[in-house]
Amino acid sequence: MTSTIDESNKEKMRSVSVDLNHDASLLIDIPDALCERDKVKFTVHTKTTLSSFQKPDFSVPRQHEDFIWLHDTLVETEDYAGLIIPPAPPKPDFESPREKMHKLGEGEATMTKEEYTKMKQELEAEYLAVFKKTVQVHEVFLQRLSSHPNLSKDRNFQIFLEYDQDLTVRRKNAKEMFGGFFKNMVKSADEVLISGIKEVDDFFEQEKTFLLDYYSKIKDSTAKAEKMTRSHKNIADDYIHISATLNSLSADDSTANKKHLEKLSDLFEKLRKVEGRVASDQELKLTELLRYYMRDIQAAKDLLYRRARALVDYENSNKALDKARLKSKDIPQAEEHQQQCLQKFDKLSESGKKELTSFKGRRVVAFRKNLIEMAELEIKHAKNNVTLLQGCIDLLKSI
Amino acid sequence: QSASEPASLPAEDISTNSNGPKQDSLFDDDPEDLFAEATEEVSLDSPERDVLLSDGPSPAITPITPPTSVLTPRIGLHDDMFTHSSFDEVKIEEEEGGDSFDIHISVSDPEKVGDGMNAYMAYKVTTKTSISLFKSHEFSVKRRFSDFLGLHSKLASKYLHIGYIVPPCAGKKHWMTKVKVGKEDQSSNEFVEKRRSALERYLMRTVKLPVLLKDPDVLQFLESSELPRAVSTQALSSAGLLRMVNKAAEAVNKMTIKMNESDAWFEEKQQHFENLDVQLRKLHASMESLVLHRKELSVNTAQFAKSAAMLGNSEDHTALSRALSQLAEVEEKIDQLHQDQANADFYLFSELLGDYVRLITAVKGVFDHRMKTWQKWQDTQMLLQKKREAEAKLQFNNKPDKLQQAKDEIKELEGKVEQGEREFEQISKTIRKEVSRFEKERVKDFKTIIIKYLESLVQTQQQLIKYWDAFLPEAKAIS
Repeated sequence: MTSTIDESNKEKMRSVSVDLNHDASLLIDIPDALCERDKVKFTVHTKTTLSSFQKPDFSVPRQHEDFIWLHDTLVETEDYAGLIIPPAPPKPDFESPREKMHKLGEGEATMTKEEYTKMKQELEAEYLAVFKKTVQVHEVFLQRLSSHPNLSKDRNFQIFLEYDQDLTVRRKNAKEMFGGFFKNMVKSADEVLISGIKEVDDFFEQEKTFLLDYYSKIKDSTAKAEKMTRSHKNIADDYIHISATLNSLSADDSTANKKHLEKLSDLFEKLRKVEGRVASDQELKLTELLRYYMRDIQAAKDLLYRRARALVDYENSNKALDKARLKSKDIPQAEEHQQQCLQKFDKLSESGKKELTSFKGRRVVAFRKNLIEMAELEIKHAKNNVTLLQGCIDLLKSI
Repeated sequence: QSASEPASLPAEDISTNSNGPKQDSLFDDDPEDLFAEATEEVSLDSPERDVLLSDGPSPAITPITPPTSVLTPRIGLHDDMFTHSSFDEVKIEEEEGGDSFDIHISVSDPEKVGDGMNAYMAYKVTTKTSISLFKSHEFSVKRRFSDFLGLHSKLASKYLHIGYIVPPCAGKKHWMTKVKVGKEDQSSNEFVEKRRSALERYLMRTVKLPVLLKDPDVLQFLESSELPRAVSTQALSSAGLLRMVNKAAEAVNKMTIKMNESDAWFEEKQQHFENLDVQLRKLHASMESLVLHRKELSVNTAQFAKSAAMLGNSEDHTALSRALSQLAEVEEKIDQLHQDQANADFYLFSELLGDYVRLITAVKGVFDHRMKTWQKWQDTQMLLQKKREAEAKLQFNNKPDKLQQAKDEIKELEGKVEQGEREFEQISKTIRKEVSRFEKERVKDFKTIIIKYLESLVQTQQQLIKYWDAFLPEAKAIS
């Protein structure tokens, strides 16, 4: 299925990260995507005034794996060790709607044709929602890069945007070079290393404590928010069944009840649409917000990890220097090595501080925007419900 | 006064002071007395229900906190919904004089009596009425669960077979199943409340039938301070309606001559109730699913609230931290809202449907009784025919003694045939009236309850608006 996502929808969706894609020198978006079985093909569209690019306006097809390649190369790049690398977009996951579609197929015999059609519609909407979400999250990733002063200039980023051939070959080479080295590291080692080091800088001490704790809390909140959303979806599904059965009852009825049942069936059909929107809005504004920042915090933690490693390296280089001095051997190398480590560490600390500060600002702004929007949408939907319900009540009382 | 009868005897008429219509002696001859083992329950299980409920993880939704909302004024929404709404008045049949009296029964104050194995729940049954049948205008008695079942059993045995739609009372098996499936604690507030509400609805539906309101067993149940203990629970579960229907259906199948349905009305109505049964069961199953999911939503919202509170505590940006804490508070209030709504879903809509599924089984039973009555009449007629043929033979063979005996038997049978026809006509007439009453009642019932239910939904939504409205400035205050 191809989906062209119109501008208004995109505005609504582009919510987890604000202040992106405003710099006219480099504008990136994903205007459409194609879904073939499991594979999603994104059309990455770039508009630029920068001379470093060959053309001012161009598009390329990209797969999810290409995004991962780009992310990993950035992570592996030494120069960016002091930056928060925007989290890689998660793999498109159609498992949930697919499983539900399967279950629906199995239960088809137990429902009326109308019911089945409506359930199917709901599921197709869910497919579409997953699809839109994955497009959004891939788009935001690129826009985070384009709005970053350093990362936007990255050579590989440019290749990603411009290279009109298949990136598969490059991806393979990269894999051979790095062998997914960083990823294979045991993540738990991060925590130990980060929390283990003796921190002299108050700022980083605070950040460390904060990020470690916040990460586990936000991870939990994400999971709980997801469960809430699922319950709303279940209720919307129940409304479908109720509406369908009321309709059947109405068809069979010849008493004064007939009209009541008709109106009621109608009402529940409308209510379920609202409930569905409550679910999807909550998901977008709350669950997705939490999920995104959970990943972002992981990226921030990764930064802390790299800095911690640099500190360890520096400390080790100190020890090596002392040893060298003791032995009166290879002192200049040791001195140089120590200097390099110190420089690296200082650089990481300086850039890290900047990154973490702006990260906090970004986070606060995004939370504010999304919480406001969520509250406004909840109010809107509740008001809508009241109107629908009151309308039906008045109708029933008058019959 | 009435001796305790062992469970194996037909639970027809234990009370000695009953002056309800006596069953025909022909009925006694039936070896397959339908009320002999009144143990079966009307089953609310249907295949659809299993599909819906087995979807996804089955949550053990036991109420985490005692549902005080059920007992506090908040759920006064259901407290007066049933008993004060469609049950506002009970009009005595027009043919009785045309005056309209009113009666209102409430079941309250569930109280545990006794200890251990012999402990039981006693309920206060209060009647407020201006009907002259009663000794006073307002009075209360204490009754236990088996008393209700005993009452139903008596009424069913007296009136079902002559065409009255006697309201069923959910028996022990129904409540046991609830305990098993819902993993509910029998002594939990919620369980007690469900039962109390069901018993109240049962009594109100019962007195709505004019013929039952006048019944001495009903009067005794409502008024008597002492009630003879009803026999063992086996015999007293809801008069084995399902079993009865099954047996009647068997009898119908055994009929060699198909009933000549000259009255299309009965055929049409029977089909109508069949359809209604299927649809109501389905709707009931969907509603039960909704109740479950709404409870899940409440639980999940509460969990999220806690998580958001922790997140707020962890957040180091002051304004955002405050907003997150506020969000947690809002969600906590909302989870209570969902819990209350789930109760409304259940007590208003779901229980209404459950009641009607049971009622329709009683309706179907009454139709089947009519068929049985017809069958009896036909059988008697056939017997008469055979006796006449035998008489003709005797006359031919000139056997005067046997001839006289034959003539006597024929005379007796002729009388029975006439009676059979009368009974068939009577039950047909009663059913017509009953169905008309039932349908009118059903329409009124549904309309009233549905409106109340929708109003509960409106209340929830309006409350949601209030909560989110209060939160909005908090979110905007983040800087």
